[in-house]
Amino acid sequence: MEQQIPSFLLRNDLSVLLDLLVADGYQLHGPQVRDGAITYASISSLSDLPVGYQDQQKPGHYQLAEDHNKRFFHWANGPQALKPLLYPAREVLWQAKRNASGSIQFIVPVQSFEKIAVIGVKACDIAALKLQDQHFLQGEYVDPGYQARREGLLLVAVNCSYAASTCFCVSTGDGPSVESGFDIALTELDEGFLVAAGSEKGERFLTRLPLQNATAQQLDAATQQHETVAAMQTRRLEPIAVGQLNDAREHPQWQDIAERCLACGNCTMVCPTCFCHHQNDELVMKGDESQHIREWDSCFGESHGQLAGFQVRDTIKARYQQWMIHKLDSWQEQYGRSGCTGCGRCMSWCPAEIDFVAEANIIGGADE
Amino acid sequence: MNKFAQSNFQVPLSATVEAFIQESPSIFTLRLQLCDSTARDEYSFMPGQFNMLYLYGIGEVPISIVSDPVDSTLIDHTIRVVGRVTEGLAKLKVGDEVGIRGPFGRGWPLALARDKDLLIVTGGLGCAPVVAAINFALNRRAHYENIHIVQGVKHSDDLIWREQYDRWNQMNGVEVLLAADAAGPAWPFHTGQITELLDQVTLSDDSCLVLICGPEGMMKAAAEKLIDDGISPFSIYVSLERNMQCAVGHCGHCQMGPDFLCKDGPVFVYPDVRHRLMQEGI
Amino acid sequence: MDRKVTLAVHKFSSCDGCQLALLNMGTTLVELAERVEVKHFAEAGVLEEDAQVDVALVEGSVVTAADEQRIQRVRNNSKYLITMGACATSGGIQALKNLAEDPESWTAQIYPQPEFIDSLERSSAIKAYVEVDFELWGCPINSQQITAVVTQLLSGVVPWDDREKLCIECKRRGHVCTLITQDAPCMGPVTRNGCGALCPAFGRACYGCYGDASLPNHSGLAVRFNGLGLLPKQVEQRFTLIHPDPDARLPIGNSDKQRHREGQADE
Repeated sequence: MEQQIPSFLLRNDLSVLLDLLVADGYQLHGPQVRDGAITYASISSLSDLPVGYQDQQKPGHYQLAEDHNKRFFHWANGPQALKPLLYPAREVLWQAKRNASGSIQFIVPVQSFEKIAVIGVKACDIAALKLQDQHFLQGEYVDPGYQARREGLLLVAVNCSYAASTCFCVSTGDGPSVESGFDIALTELDEGFLVAAGSEKGERFLTRLPLQNATAQQLDAATQQHETVAAMQTRRLEPIAVGQLNDAREHPQWQDIAERCLACGNCTMVCPTCFCHHQNDELVMKGDESQHIREWDSCFGESHGQLAGFQVRDTIKARYQQWMIHKLDSWQEQYGRSGCTGCGRCMSWCPAEIDFVAEANIIGGADE
Repeated sequence: MNKFAQSNFQVPLSATVEAFIQESPSIFTLRLQLCDSTARDEYSFMPGQFNMLYLYGIGEVPISIVSDPVDSTLIDHTIRVVGRVTEGLAKLKVGDEVGIRGPFGRGWPLALARDKDLLIVTGGLGCAPVVAAINFALNRRAHYENIHIVQGVKHSDDLIWREQYDRWNQMNGVEVLLAADAAGPAWPFHTGQITELLDQVTLSDDSCLVLICGPEGMMKAAAEKLIDDGISPFSIYVSLERNMQCAVGHCGHCQMGPDFLCKDGPVFVYPDVRHRLMQEGI
Repeated sequence: MDRKVTLAVHKFSSCDGCQLALLNMGTTLVELAERVEVKHFAEAGVLEEDAQVDVALVEGSVVTAADEQRIQRVRNNSKYLITMGACATSGGIQALKNLAEDPESWTAQIYPQPEFIDSLERSSAIKAYVEVDFELWGCPINSQQITAVVTQLLSGVVPWDDREKLCIECKRRGHVCTLITQDAPCMGPVTRNGCGALCPAFGRACYGCYGDASLPNHSGLAVRFNGLGLLPKQVEQRFTLIHPDPDARLPIGNSDKQRHREGQADE
């Protein structure tokens, strides 16, 4: 649907939106401060939101600071956003039960899929969600769990008013403001929000909000804010052509990275587009029942490239190449664009302080 | 795409072991039948496709189907004991139950070989994906010109199904050539590389279909040799292997460059994967 | 019906914490006892030390001459030998004495009459004396590890040796990284999973009690620890806290380090 001219919602009237969502049967999820980071979990009111917090990020570092302003969403991001909600880190795909005569019965556990409204989703994560949708929903096989959760999801996006030093969504074309893929988009200003609907579902809620016409001044402030945040992003991932990194497998920088990289998999675990998972069985001690578990996996792990008697990638260098070349290069052939949406998490949460963007630019030849 | 597999791709169906055939000390064939009669009727596959076989309580492994699709109610899987799941499968007995998901992947394009020579090159121990193609072609002998089967093993002692090769070799229009990199004294066949053996193949003309399965290095060497000899790279198909967990292109383990082997393969036309074979870390 | 699989639990030099993990399994322990015949498990009151068994679970390290003899008997009496816990797999904390420059004077510094101390110069992992079939790392191990290894063996399958890094499990569980947010010297990036990221769940840095994961980059993590302000000696202590014996820190059959070095030398 076409984007409407935004209306204005007073700061504290955001709670009206939350109430409407709850009345419509949505569980609310949103950002909050937990263990020194912005994390998404269920919320019950505006007071759960990280008012006045701001994240300081650089490769290998993430710190929250209390900021003077009293905004709800004046921060960049935390370690996760939407991915764990739609694609759980661990889930039971099915159970196998074996009776005394040896017959096996396969049972899919009954799950109730709640309607979830996520408040405060950033542009990079909406872009990542579109890639996860492509992967799990738009191929030959549709993942039923992902589909059920996705159908119950309502997204209240927020245009970024702040960029961490690790942010580079401008260079990937994914932010700092959302353009599509949301139900409702907010632009947070000091006194309230510019509000726009991105779907009919979102529009239905907007019609019930105490909205005012946005003033020219507010619209200017929003534009100004967008430009300021975009300008804050000094980090830039240079464009990478299909095959460009794959053809540079002999570049000496890979070995340099391999000496620093811990192959711990943190980058892949926090990446909002990484989709790798493995499947394992867990037998109960009695032996009559086994849970078939699907869990997030990483291309940095031992089992990822393991064939019987043969390890496809047995060095850290080969594993780092798989991660970066897939994400930035071969991903384009798979999904029509790069797998990176510029969130910067792979850098902030890297214990070895590896600067993914700088490394890609070096290997891609942009820094030479 | 297989509609049946699409509707059941995540959860296995139970199947009974109808026969257990010990092919060699480390290779065996499981003949399976789906327990559910409706599923049995709906199930169909093509040579070169695979199933995910589930060993109760332990996990799943991708296994090629070797039987003929004309009877998809009895599904044969020839398995080499290479890891913990296959070791467990090797302990199954007739009447035991396993799980099956499938069939998955793209198989051999045997229709392209109609009225042409079919050259099947395989290396290593009992390469199940091409056995399916060989059986398929021999059961439809009239569809093809001559059939050439070229098998290489590391050591002459590794060769299994010797009688089967002898039987095939005696069939009209079927040529079987065997090679061992290293051979014992009584080895009557070629000693040396499989590529040397390719010189002995007597193709009717260059418009044949070539199916290759085996270690990547062997597949690459054989394909390049055939291309040098004038065969179009687009007539050459290879079957590749990677770790597979989901079998539908979701889990990411079987990626080779941009391809998911489980759904884009495991059979590929050679030019699509030529530059990737034997590339370290891919 | 086939005869029941027989099992023995043997204790060497240790704190008994791993045996406690077994005893703490509750109803699962009852289920275990229904599926196997427990021949020897002193802490549970079942005593037949020299019974022939299918599976032996061995806790503790070898520290006396008597231990040296006994572990040979245990090996000879069991078809499949599993070490459980840090002591049995790497020599444990007590292997700190292996690092002592002068072990004899060291004993004298602690005990008034060191001649009464009957111990070998080193505390050693079980694998230093006999062939080990499978290792359960951890200090202590937990009941999930026991359930997994026993149920897989009863299924006729070699147990899955999960050597993935703790960070992967920590992220799955949604814990916020202590190293990144608190500058804590977390061992997660080189440590094998198995505990379920227990310490990070409480905001504590991992101290590596599950030993090395597959393909660990120790020097890379040490660089980060240096950056956090740890002195080289402190970094060393961090890496050797639970598994001090450098010879025994590698899992059985692990050629990762070798391969890793070769991989780097190739370039």
